[in-house]
Amino acid sequence: MIEKALKGSSIYWGWVIFLLCIIGAGFIAYLYQLKVGLGITGMSRDISWGVYIAQFTYFVGVAAGAVMLVIPKYLHHYTKYAKVVVFGEFLAIAAVVMCLLFIVVDIGQPMRMMNVVLHPTPHSMLFYDMIVLNGYLILNIICGYNTLLADKKGLPCPGWVKPFIYLSIPWAISIHTVTAFLYAGLPGRHFWLTAIMAPRFLASAFAAGPSLLVMILLFVRKVTKFDPGEEALQNIARTICYAMIVNFFFMGMEFFTAFYSNIPGHKATLEYLFWGIGEYGNLVPFMRACIVIGFAGIFILLVPPIRRRPLWLAIGCACIFLATWIDKGVGLVIGGFIPNPLEMITEYHPTFPEITIATAIWAVGGLILTILYKVAISVREEEQRV
Amino acid sequence: MSMDRRKFLKVAGLSTLIGLGGSGAFELLKPGKVDAEMEHEGHHGAHHGAAHEKGEEAGPKIRLAMLIDMKAITKEKAEKIIHTCHHLHNVPNWGDPKNEIKWIWEEEYEHVFTDSYNEYDEVLEKLPFLLMCNHCDEPPCARVCPVEATFRRPDGIVAQDYHRCIGCRFCMAACPYGSRSFNWLDPRVELKKEMAQGRKLNKRFPTRMRGVVEKCNFCVERLAEGKKPGCVEACPDVMHFGNLADENSNVRKILRERVSLRRKLELGTKPSVFYLV
Amino acid sequence: MYDSGKVIVGLLIFAGIFLFPFIYQHGSPAEKPKPSLDTPAIKALPVKKCVEDTKFMITTHMQFLNEWRDQALRDGNRWYVNKAGKKVWISLQNTCLKCHSNKKDFCDKCHNYAAVQPYCWDCHYDPNGSKL
Repeated sequence: MIEKALKGSSIYWGWVIFLLCIIGAGFIAYLYQLKVGLGITGMSRDISWGVYIAQFTYFVGVAAGAVMLVIPKYLHHYTKYAKVVVFGEFLAIAAVVMCLLFIVVDIGQPMRMMNVVLHPTPHSMLFYDMIVLNGYLILNIICGYNTLLADKKGLPCPGWVKPFIYLSIPWAISIHTVTAFLYAGLPGRHFWLTAIMAPRFLASAFAAGPSLLVMILLFVRKVTKFDPGEEALQNIARTICYAMIVNFFFMGMEFFTAFYSNIPGHKATLEYLFWGIGEYGNLVPFMRACIVIGFAGIFILLVPPIRRRPLWLAIGCACIFLATWIDKGVGLVIGGFIPNPLEMITEYHPTFPEITIATAIWAVGGLILTILYKVAISVREEEQRV
Repeated sequence: MSMDRRKFLKVAGLSTLIGLGGSGAFELLKPGKVDAEMEHEGHHGAHHGAAHEKGEEAGPKIRLAMLIDMKAITKEKAEKIIHTCHHLHNVPNWGDPKNEIKWIWEEEYEHVFTDSYNEYDEVLEKLPFLLMCNHCDEPPCARVCPVEATFRRPDGIVAQDYHRCIGCRFCMAACPYGSRSFNWLDPRVELKKEMAQGRKLNKRFPTRMRGVVEKCNFCVERLAEGKKPGCVEACPDVMHFGNLADENSNVRKILRERVSLRRKLELGTKPSVFYLV
Repeated sequence: MYDSGKVIVGLLIFAGIFLFPFIYQHGSPAEKPKPSLDTPAIKALPVKKCVEDTKFMITTHMQFLNEWRDQALRDGNRWYVNKAGKKVWISLQNTCLKCHSNKKDFCDKCHNYAAVQPYCWDCHYDPNGSKL
């Protein structure tokens, strides 16, 4: 079926080549990083995780979002999702590959990567993260490919695939829970040391992943002959809206605990992120924008007359995607390091090579997504013709 | 027999996978490798015909600790201690807070005891507190390391294996005391510059490579040779080092007479660095 | 054969690239490396013995050093008893390289021949080097 990705219009090929150029630039930047070291990034002794890990955290969420389609279709036989589940699974594949790449570019000795496998350490959450991420990748490849192949042949999904599909449901929850455990168990970082970290991650994931999916499906509906179905899109949009409400509710809970208890350690990071502390506040515009954009997105997706307009649906999903990205991809990881354990503040300024590498990994995800979606769309288009 | 292309490719691919996976699994699971790994985790056995001496004797429990006498310390002594440590371990002096590596450094009361900072105290606020790895009894850094590059030794020292460290910096995120430094760049680049300006390296102790985390190691290499930690030798009236688990040790005697503080006790890390105030 | 022109040209190009290293080196055999034991420390030894016998060292020093490293660093056991029953202090820098202080004529001879770049030297020192 991959051969379907090799046939396309000049716009398709133009897009692919554009992505390849970005990937090339990032590759060169990565060679520079391999040569000189991670010192070329903006990370420092105080902010020891930066853009790479933040993007990793965000895209684990995007990958987990596919489960919002799998559960209704396979557990509750919601047939309206039948044609779009595979797009969720393919999105998960692209997102997980991005996560793995972000980890690889972030570690200081990448040639020793296999040490995590050679020296299994059950008391470390990163060990489980490696297992669940790779497992989720394999699961989605198996499920996505085989269900699509069955559709292409006009046959029902083969029986042996069903257990893998059912397994992918708790597995999706697990990937983001384990990623949350990376943060939620560290005694020295008060911003992360909260039981609500995993639930917040999941709520944010269930908003972020499907919102990207809806945006892409709207685009697909416009430029190809495949129609995912208006009801399907509307239902996903409702899911995104409720997930985002829950996410903001959880965020509100954090604010309450921090400010009502008045404990300086709990308040400090939120103060830094949303108001700034002293002269330090380079993230304040981002975080405030996140709140505004997030509420805008919730409003758009909540009100049916607005949601039913494709342009506004796209705008609403874009708002949710952007807001969750700022929340997780900018605020969460950097915020955990500010203030540092000595209650001093060092700010984080990502560098150009760092952003180039991160953008290139985004482009890798985009390329994988493009190829897989091209295949899936071709199959769906053929189905519709029959 | 006739077989179409698809079936052939499927069979070929599967056979390759099984072949590679099988030989890989064989390599991983064959007796030598696993036993060797097991032995390195503290068991003992015969290697290539030669016997290794027993490592940690099952004697009295050891928990090494450092006491820093804040009544005896001065700014000059603090600088001497820092200089001695960083010289003995070839710690580069990058000079900028982004790339800096520090095993031991000076900090103000407000930043040392963040949990119990008393802003009306005028005694402690004048003192030059020395911060270093606390070699916790229940270290969060060792808990999170995915490859056990950092681990707690039976004698209480939290060690760092630079050969195994993959540079993921999870330990840096986990340490509640900010004790760990990462080699963002090749330390030898900076050391070469300093050697050109007259710095002498300690060639009995290696440098580190870029991409690994490092921190105070309670001079484990000096302890192995029967010497005292470098900071203790530099200022023995300020730094006291001994076995906390032994009731009659020097450190226990001091702790019976002096008031002592430790950092962030409520986190349950059980640090081994005491500040005698 | 379909496209026989393209196929044969492609095969010839492949053969050329594949055989190039052999053709280039034709007639100049690489000499077997001869690591030198000529150091002041070794000359001063009454009995010229390494930690283990030469054959063992040549074939196994890679794994041996790894085991030494893990034993000293991870198990905290710094004394090694060799096959002859003698106790040896485990240290690459302060035991092995004390005698074999000529890295260029000893370690590098075989490593260069085999095109191997062990990362020991990222951290440990060339005993003769005044620079890093």
